[in-house]
Amino acid sequence: MLLISCPWCGPRDEAEFHYGGQAHVAYPQDPSALTDEEWAKYLFFRDNPKGPFAERWTHSAGCRRWFNAVRDTSTNEILAVYRTGEARPATVEPRPTTPASPAATLEPRSANPARPAFEDEAPSGPNGGLGAEPPATSTATGLRLATGGRINRAEPLTFTFDGTEYQGFRGDTLASALLANGVIAAATSIKLGRPRGIFSAGVEEPNAVIQIEEPFPEPMLPATTVELYDGLVATSLPGQGRLATRPDPARYDAVHAHCDLLIVGAGPAGLAAAAAAASSGARVILADDRPELGGSLLGTGELPGWADELGARLESAPEVRVLRRTTVFGYYDDNHLLAVERRTNHLGAAAPANMSRERVHRIRARRVVLATGAHERSLAFADNDRPGIMLAASARTHLHRHGVLPGRHAVVFTTNDSAYAAALDLAAAGVRIAAIVDTRPAPGEWADRARAAGIEVLAGYAVTGTEGEARLTAVSVAPYGETAAQREFAADLLLVSGGWNPVAHLFSQAGGKLRYDEALGTFVPDVVRQAVEVAGSANGTFDLAAVLAQGAAAGARAIEAEGYTPDAPALPAVPAQPQGTPPMQVFTVPGREGAPRFVDLQRDVTVDDLARATGAGMRSVEHTKRYTTAGTANDQGKTSGVLASGVVADLLGVDICALGTTTFRPPYTPVSFAALAGRDRGVLSDPVRTTALHGWHVEHGALFENVGQWKRPWYYPQDGEDMDTAVLRECAATRESVGFMDASTLGKIDVQGPDAGVFLDLLYTNMMSTLKVGMIRYGVMCKPDGMVFDDGTVIRLAPDRFLVTTTTGNAATVLDWMEEWLQTEWPELKVHCTSVTEQWATVALVGPKSRDVLASLAPQLAVSNDDFPFMAWRETTVAGIEARVCRISFSGELAYEINVSPWEALALWEAVYEAGAPYGITPYGTETMHVLRAEKGYPIIGQDTDGTITPHDLGMSWAVSKKKPDFIGKRSFARADTVRPDRKHLVGLLPEDPGTFLPEGTQLVADSELPAPPVPMLGHVTSSYRSAALGRTFALALVKGGRDRIGERLYAPVGDRLVPVTVAGPVLYDPEGARRDG
Amino acid sequence: MSPTTPGADLPDHPDFLWRTPEPKRSYDVVIVGGGGHGLATAHYLAKNHGITDVAVLEKGWLAGGNMARNTTIIRSNYLWDESAGIYEHALKLWEGLDEELDYPILFSQRGVLNLAHSLQDVRDSVRRVEANRLNGVDAEWLDAEQVKEVCPIVNISPDVRYPVLGGTYQPRAGIAKHDYVAWGFARSADAAGIDIIQNCEVTGLDVVGGRVVGVQTNLGPIAAGKVALCSAGHTSVLAAMAGIDLPVQSHPLQALVSELLEPVHPTVVMSNAVHVYVSQAHKGELVMGAGIDAYNSYTQRGAFHIIEDQMAAALELFPVFARAHVLRTWGGIVDVSPDASPIVGLSPVDNLYLNCGWGTGGFKATPGVGWVYAHTIAHDTPHPLNAPFSLDRFTTGALVDEHGAAAVAH
Repeated sequence: MLLISCPWCGPRDEAEFHYGGQAHVAYPQDPSALTDEEWAKYLFFRDNPKGPFAERWTHSAGCRRWFNAVRDTSTNEILAVYRTGEARPATVEPRPTTPASPAATLEPRSANPARPAFEDEAPSGPNGGLGAEPPATSTATGLRLATGGRINRAEPLTFTFDGTEYQGFRGDTLASALLANGVIAAATSIKLGRPRGIFSAGVEEPNAVIQIEEPFPEPMLPATTVELYDGLVATSLPGQGRLATRPDPARYDAVHAHCDLLIVGAGPAGLAAAAAAASSGARVILADDRPELGGSLLGTGELPGWADELGARLESAPEVRVLRRTTVFGYYDDNHLLAVERRTNHLGAAAPANMSRERVHRIRARRVVLATGAHERSLAFADNDRPGIMLAASARTHLHRHGVLPGRHAVVFTTNDSAYAAALDLAAAGVRIAAIVDTRPAPGEWADRARAAGIEVLAGYAVTGTEGEARLTAVSVAPYGETAAQREFAADLLLVSGGWNPVAHLFSQAGGKLRYDEALGTFVPDVVRQAVEVAGSANGTFDLAAVLAQGAAAGARAIEAEGYTPDAPALPAVPAQPQGTPPMQVFTVPGREGAPRFVDLQRDVTVDDLARATGAGMRSVEHTKRYTTAGTANDQGKTSGVLASGVVADLLGVDICALGTTTFRPPYTPVSFAALAGRDRGVLSDPVRTTALHGWHVEHGALFENVGQWKRPWYYPQDGEDMDTAVLRECAATRESVGFMDASTLGKIDVQGPDAGVFLDLLYTNMMSTLKVGMIRYGVMCKPDGMVFDDGTVIRLAPDRFLVTTTTGNAATVLDWMEEWLQTEWPELKVHCTSVTEQWATVALVGPKSRDVLASLAPQLAVSNDDFPFMAWRETTVAGIEARVCRISFSGELAYEINVSPWEALALWEAVYEAGAPYGITPYGTETMHVLRAEKGYPIIGQDTDGTITPHDLGMSWAVSKKKPDFIGKRSFARADTVRPDRKHLVGLLPEDPGTFLPEGTQLVADSELPAPPVPMLGHVTSSYRSAALGRTFALALVKGGRDRIGERLYAPVGDRLVPVTVAGPVLYDPEGARRDG
Repeated sequence: MSPTTPGADLPDHPDFLWRTPEPKRSYDVVIVGGGGHGLATAHYLAKNHGITDVAVLEKGWLAGGNMARNTTIIRSNYLWDESAGIYEHALKLWEGLDEELDYPILFSQRGVLNLAHSLQDVRDSVRRVEANRLNGVDAEWLDAEQVKEVCPIVNISPDVRYPVLGGTYQPRAGIAKHDYVAWGFARSADAAGIDIIQNCEVTGLDVVGGRVVGVQTNLGPIAAGKVALCSAGHTSVLAAMAGIDLPVQSHPLQALVSELLEPVHPTVVMSNAVHVYVSQAHKGELVMGAGIDAYNSYTQRGAFHIIEDQMAAALELFPVFARAHVLRTWGGIVDVSPDASPIVGLSPVDNLYLNCGWGTGGFKATPGVGWVYAHTIAHDTPHPLNAPFSLDRFTTGALVDEHGAAAVAH
């Protein structure tokens, strides 16, 4: 959503504005002097440049003023805004791109990611430090440690998975609870049906995507992100979920939020950024998708206590808002970010019913710091999909966060240092690490430390295959590059690390560009136009001390840019770590012949599948993705995307940086439909508008028709009448005596000013300036293309004041139309337009006895035909209520429209009902109104027209001025297509059998037998009714050359029949107009 | 091994699709734009007219524009004769396309429902059904109960804000698999000797004496006897290189998919009044289109409130979707004409041809437009089916106004 600066109101969300297309397209001085080509240019041709574009907007939900903007259509960036009438600014500079992290450009990143990122930061030890004291080897049962982790052992929870009941603890995820119960296989693969195990500890999970069954079905959630609650029932899935068949009882809502700084991710970088900004007075939002702050620290166990302590301080800082369980999932133009907060999911059946289950936060941030971390990636080695194969850091996370050992006997397979810390922590907690298999020939100090801890390190080795069906049983290894196994280890756990991918999803969505970092062997944020920085491992910085310093610096820079003074937070000391060794870029690992090497576990895509794609000629990762479906599953390739690019690069023999990645699209993780729908459902999906008389209509049994947003009485059935019977009764009563209806919904616009007459002459096809005060005229409006757009009456209240009525559905559109012309084309006209639709209630009193009823209620009003002629209006009191009475008729009968304040509407209505009782006054609705007007051939715009019909087509040439030099639409009446003799005309249609009813929409053909398709069609039925007055059915139709066919027989295909019909003039009832005057 | 998930396995693509040739210095015909329309045009130039000295120039990866971004709905139930003519021609070609291309394009004729929510919707729907039948297009009007029989998950309760009053049904409509379609045409064109040149951006059109003679590209100049534009949202930019103004505006159009779900939705449902169109694709994902963003843009992304509005409308009609998840959203750039109908035919420059203005209707027309555009290029005169879609209709006023009341916007 763009942020648009209204020149009068300031910056506002795009949703407050309406777009008006190209600016500076003046209405021609004299359209009649233009050729058809020139007129067509004005009507239809607008610039459509890719780049800066001068365009019009109106602040429709604000000041309602039009203005211009220059916006770059290739970036959506608004370069200038200026008022209507001002010249387009000469030059406008686009926002420059800025580096994802300013510091990163000062000093090229070291080839060794273990080095500090820049000089002004505190020196620190390298990479992925050892955590806190790992939880002690336990004497506890099973795989759950007796102590440690962030679970609450005092709060046991019971849950069911695939029909078996288990126990876990508050603080578990479903995945960690399953692991603690020795369950690792949690899915069946989608295409091959292979058993798959829990592979990670977070949102990147490709395998354990499960179905929630109870308390309410929800499909396809990663078990690694489902917080455990009591009574949870879940099942494993083969890659396809199930929707509930019963309605979702939960509530969902959305809020808007504005801040100086949004920090995404509360890991070390995000927390440090928040610490730098917390007490500055800047409005800060810190959002994290987990229930606890700490990010990667929760998984590594490093800096114990720091996140909790800082979190408490942030919570108490008045301008800081901490949003937990909140995923920022979309990054849109002008720093508009979307987040979803899961508020009650973790409570299961105990969730309070009155609290929204999920809440969308629509955040407009002046600055953003993305501290979104990194995902570990896997390696494409033989049989790399067995349950028990897990990302190394994820195993460490299950240990530190949940006090769970994912297995007992592990092999570690890595290409970089980070897996060593995982291995050491797990070993200290009791996992037997059979070997660390490292593709690097000289893994350096971390390997020394592992060896010192008694772990065998196989340098320059790789995994060549695995064994095990339901669970991994063995891992075979060989020197990297060889395919035949040389050694085999028994293992129920294989921890893998193929390197790290910064989580660049939001950065990319923001329009940021990535670059390939050779040293890190991954894609990292490069440059971006929006006001955003990236910090920490999201930026390719993996050394903890550097991450902290980078986060703090990013937070400080962001709020300084907004005029605040940052803190210099005391960052925690990071213990010294071994010297790091650069990672090795490995994607495809040679291994056992014939064994599948999976790239995308969730889509069952292997190296061989990708090889088939490149063999078919595919040269782009977008094509290999589509050829194989790699990266299209629920995880959207979080662990597989870069791996797939790397494998394809290997296959094509090109550099991975030449291939890039596929595009990162919102949302970052899946978001429920219901959360996005929020509260805009049911009656709140669109406002319901009712008139002041609505209650009376309901009480009297009216059925309602939606007309635009309005509820209008449709008809008032009595004693079980169907619609036909009720409408015939209402029509007859009205034509024979008197009826009344609520006409309050018609649009009413008060047009004032010395130029009001001139203005209306330009808008309407007929002349309004000559209308006398006290009188009323019917008018038609066209669009510039000459097609009818609206109609209604115009009342002249004073020399400089008119009241314009519009159709019910078009009221707002007509007012906008007036404002557009006044503000953008004719600002010299002194005219003001105000909607008064809801300031008046209107009661139409219709029928030969209407004068008697009115006279009885308005003793001061002279009601005779001479005193109060047709198309006049009078101010008087009706039933003691101040009223404006208009003598107009939409039925052909003597009729009045009585306008009063809506506060008085019910009193008036009831008085009319009472005064009319002696005449059997009958309330009627829109259906009867439609019949009565159709009998007189009065068109309904939008029903008898469809945007391709001129006033001449309607037979309303009498309403098209020949005197006025110009009005909107006039020039178009002279185009080749609008002067065709066979244009469609509005005519009457009489079925030869007076009882045959033609459905509205029926087409018309010339011949009594249908030829083979395509059958030439002459027109169609626009309105069709049973007439009480005519004693038969009749219709209105648009027919080619219709006025020249009056008396002709045509045929109407209805079902399998061809119904003969006769073309008639449109006025079928009282063609001489005798009844109008009573 | 357990049985595979229903719909998990789509047919494999062939072992070979297309070459990656170097561009020659000259071709009889250069097609600018390697999307569905450009590739279908190349296929029919070869197949119907024996013209194979053709290059298809694509500035990015093949079929990576709107062809990769649409919601794959195929139908021909348009109101006006001219529209029904070209879309029904396309639909008939769709029905034989598997065989014609020897490629499983997965055209699933599961029908499309266009719902009516107001009395005027009902009138317009009946009008369109009756016109369709007389034009030889299969169409039925269904009342609300019948709608529910076709698609049991539609909420036809009268309690919703704009209740379903009925709908039109075209049984022969359906969905296909867009990549398969594009690649089928590409493979066929490639096999006929047509050069598909990717990562080749046209930067200029060479016009001499009112006649196009070639194109400038990032890979150098390429001479051409004829040049055919097939570049959807970017057509204005290209036409401007030859000094041609077009009455089209480029807007973002967004769409989205859910995760894979067991089958719940057997057809395609569209509703103009509440702005929904949704189907459940072959693998089980719900595919939905959102509204057009109001402003001109070439960014291939829209604003998120459009998606939120879309979801609210979708849940009104399909309450069972509540806990489905949006997995992925994206945007394409559609070129919208004043009457919501395409411009296909000759241009003011000799030997330069126009195919644009398809708005949201481009995918379903793919084989049909390929057929008639190839004819137009081969004969330098429009095929009868695209003759009404000339540029000069905006001057005469003879529009094909699918914006009009009975039109379906998508």
